[in-house]
Amino acid sequence: MSIDKIRNFSIIAHIDHGKSTLADRILEKTYTVADRDMEEQLLDNMDIERERGITIKARAVRLTYKAEDGETYIFNLIDTPGHVDFNYEVSRSLAACEGAILVVDATQGIEAQTLANTYLALEHDLAIVPVVNKIDLPSADPEKVCSEVESVIGIDAMDAPKISAKLGTNIEAVLERIVKDIPAPTGDENAPLQALIFDSYYDSYKGVIIYIRVKEGKVRIGDEIRLIATGAEYTVVETGYLDATSFNNVGELKAGEVGYIAAAIKDISETRVGDTVTLVDNPCEKALPGYRRVNPMVFSGIYPADGAKYGDLREALEKLQLNDASLSFEPETSVALGFGFRCGFLGLLHMEIIQERIEREYNLDIITTAPSVIYKITLTNGETVYIDNPTNYPDAGSIMSAEEPMVKAEILTPSDYVGNIMELCQERRGIFKDMVYLDETRVSMRYELPLNEIVYDFFDALKSRTKGYASFDYEMLGYAQSKLVKLDILLNGDIVDALSFIVHSDNSYARARKIVEKLKESIPRQMFEIPIQAAIGGKIIARETVKAMRKDVLAKCYGGDITRKKKLLEKQKEGKKRMRKLGTVEVPQEAFMSVLKLD
Amino acid sequence: MSTENKVGLYIHVPFCAKKCPYCDFYSVSFGKKIARLYTDAVIRNIKSDRGSAEIDTIYFGGGTPSLLPVEYISDILKTITENFTVHDAEITIEINPKTVSPEKLLQLYNIGVNRLSIGVQSCVDNELKALGRIHSFNDAKNTVLSAYKAGFRNISCDLMVGIIGQTMDSLSYSINQLCEMPINHVSAYILKIEDNTDFNKQEIINSLPDEDLVSDMYLLMIEMLEKKGFAQYEISNFSKKGFESKHNLKYWKCLEYIGIGPSAHSYFNGKRTAVPDSLEDFIKYDRQIEIVTEENSTSFEEMAMLRLRLKEGLCLSDFKEHSERVISKATPLEKAGLVKINNDTIVLTPKGFLISNAIIAELIL
Repeated sequence: MSIDKIRNFSIIAHIDHGKSTLADRILEKTYTVADRDMEEQLLDNMDIERERGITIKARAVRLTYKAEDGETYIFNLIDTPGHVDFNYEVSRSLAACEGAILVVDATQGIEAQTLANTYLALEHDLAIVPVVNKIDLPSADPEKVCSEVESVIGIDAMDAPKISAKLGTNIEAVLERIVKDIPAPTGDENAPLQALIFDSYYDSYKGVIIYIRVKEGKVRIGDEIRLIATGAEYTVVETGYLDATSFNNVGELKAGEVGYIAAAIKDISETRVGDTVTLVDNPCEKALPGYRRVNPMVFSGIYPADGAKYGDLREALEKLQLNDASLSFEPETSVALGFGFRCGFLGLLHMEIIQERIEREYNLDIITTAPSVIYKITLTNGETVYIDNPTNYPDAGSIMSAEEPMVKAEILTPSDYVGNIMELCQERRGIFKDMVYLDETRVSMRYELPLNEIVYDFFDALKSRTKGYASFDYEMLGYAQSKLVKLDILLNGDIVDALSFIVHSDNSYARARKIVEKLKESIPRQMFEIPIQAAIGGKIIARETVKAMRKDVLAKCYGGDITRKKKLLEKQKEGKKRMRKLGTVEVPQEAFMSVLKLD
Repeated sequence: MSTENKVGLYIHVPFCAKKCPYCDFYSVSFGKKIARLYTDAVIRNIKSDRGSAEIDTIYFGGGTPSLLPVEYISDILKTITENFTVHDAEITIEINPKTVSPEKLLQLYNIGVNRLSIGVQSCVDNELKALGRIHSFNDAKNTVLSAYKAGFRNISCDLMVGIIGQTMDSLSYSINQLCEMPINHVSAYILKIEDNTDFNKQEIINSLPDEDLVSDMYLLMIEMLEKKGFAQYEISNFSKKGFESKHNLKYWKCLEYIGIGPSAHSYFNGKRTAVPDSLEDFIKYDRQIEIVTEENSTSFEEMAMLRLRLKEGLCLSDFKEHSERVISKATPLEKAGLVKINNDTIVLTPKGFLISNAIIAELIL
């Protein structure tokens, strides 16, 4: 197959605008997947992705398509995540492509996140193929959406294919546009190997599998390869491509192609996404430009529910980090929770996804502490410290001034919800900047918000106050002075370090009240009365009490049948595993999360 | 030979005139023909070889054992004495009021039954109705009096706490009424809604007295019964001095008992076994099927779990390796008034009995 018959592309879409469905239809139309193998949303092969209807990890699939010009083309479809937290992953997927399909919902128009990803694609000089989806819906207005794409993004969209991915309408037009509008890759297969690692994951049989886009040269089984950034060298055991259902070990990848390498790589820390692969005996002159490193913005502690699983948790985090370089972690200890890790995430959704993946893919029960941002504290001795863990927050007496990170947020919403959003942003200490009507019904609102206020449940709150219509995007703005206090939670009189968090002093009383109420709901009655208190610097500002349980007894033991009692005892044993014992108080794992959802 | 080495015999009689809506024990409706087949099966099982254990308690439980004709019961008792060494045994039968006439009580006394456990449950007719019982308090009272007249001097009554509509006042009325009768033992249960019963419905659950009220009622009951000379010796059992149920004590003290009949349980030769809930199978096979539920049943967990139900408590001198750990866990509970630690014995208080599941789990897990 010559290089000019290859098309490498991604699909960019807002959540729910139909990216995965379109990918499915493309797979069907290219006969890559036999009907009986067709499982809805084949590309999203993680359970969480399917349940949440979002795409988390980039995947690459090779398809063949016989175009109207009679020629057969190879398509490499590289999947990208749609959510704001995953900009970094989008960026690395795009670096492996020459073009991107931009899917826009004909009923909703272009959304903030789509815009951000489209700009990312334009930064990478990709060709954009706009596609208007969901034309089967009664409220679809494809013409209006096309003109919106033109005015907002500035690309020609009048002849954009108007499709229904759900019904399979007009998918061929999309395939033809891929052939015509997306340029073939360039590169010389005889040049020294230069391949970009854009994803990787750990396979328990083959070791680390790296996904690559070959920019120059070729790689074959038996080749000695070097990963430039780490200097690690391996012998290629397998190389080839993925179709929709399996690995195809064809033994060679050439310039322009997308595929995988397995090289019995055991040390996951040596394969970095963004690194360049070359040959040991004929190396390329320089590495490809890597990805921009993203800095985690949200931090929280992750602890194994069962302290003995600390090693397993470390291993899980290492493996997740392998194909998610945006995850960072380092060991920490908590009085309440024992040994665990301080983890950094791109945002709250990223944090939730990582938690779920640890629990499902690695079968570990974990406890997560309240998320924190990085505070910048100037001490009375003139020193500046950065605090990402409330436990380490200095005493009020030694703080000269405190600063917190701010973000510039853009919220796109139907105009009906402007009032609700203003109210929400005010509650979250937002500073109104401006508001622009994109057309008669759609408004773009700009706010400056403390990151601290959006890492909890801002996104959920926004969705619930706009019936799910508003979308939200943010970028970092820097630090601003703030009146911050550390709020401690006491159970039965003892501070639980894992529940402490930083809050703006104006909100501290309301927040404290809510948290003690939430904790009261989630901590079951126990043998003693348990006071739950919230305190700032030793001063109690809120209190609730979990009353002592009064009745928990099996009165009957009939005819010498003690099996019921034994079953009960077994159940209690199981129950205790879901609990953390803090002093004399048994706290369910959910309680540590209850401080998160306060709206 | 001390009582410790003697064995109890439990006969499960799986017949009821009417299934009570709160009961999830195995029973089927009564018929004379099937009762005879059942009795023959019991006799077959008694005859089958179990060594020459010495029996000192026999207990007919149910179901409603008092539905069985006296001659059947007599046949069973005769077979027991022919096949085991029986000497001066406590022989109990559970009686439901309205299922026995004064004559039948007299006959039972004459064939050697010497203890009755009567399902009174409440002395308030509305509460009995709410429980779906077929008898009135008057029926129950007559049964107790007839039993006494027949010669029974060891009578126990069941009392239920936590019935729909029950109040502190109505409970104390029931206790006063019970204690005026010639009885020496009370088994007092807190009504618990079991999954596979008619009572497991939201409207029933919602109309039950709440946790606080039931707890207060339980504590009131202990106080009243103690005052009237019925000392608590187990979570649910109270008696005049010397009238503790020898048979039931075997359960808590991990002493041996053999169970015969569908759904009967045994603890014998270190093994715990259970007979499946099937009268059909019980009648069909020569010897009842016994499923082993515990191969080697002498763990500390089990002993402690059962002993802590007794007023005499758990003596840790028999469990030296657990002693320190359990006592350190019990110490904060003592401060909260839930247990008492006397040297190396841990005893639950009335307040502690009410949350015994949690305390037992805390102490032994």
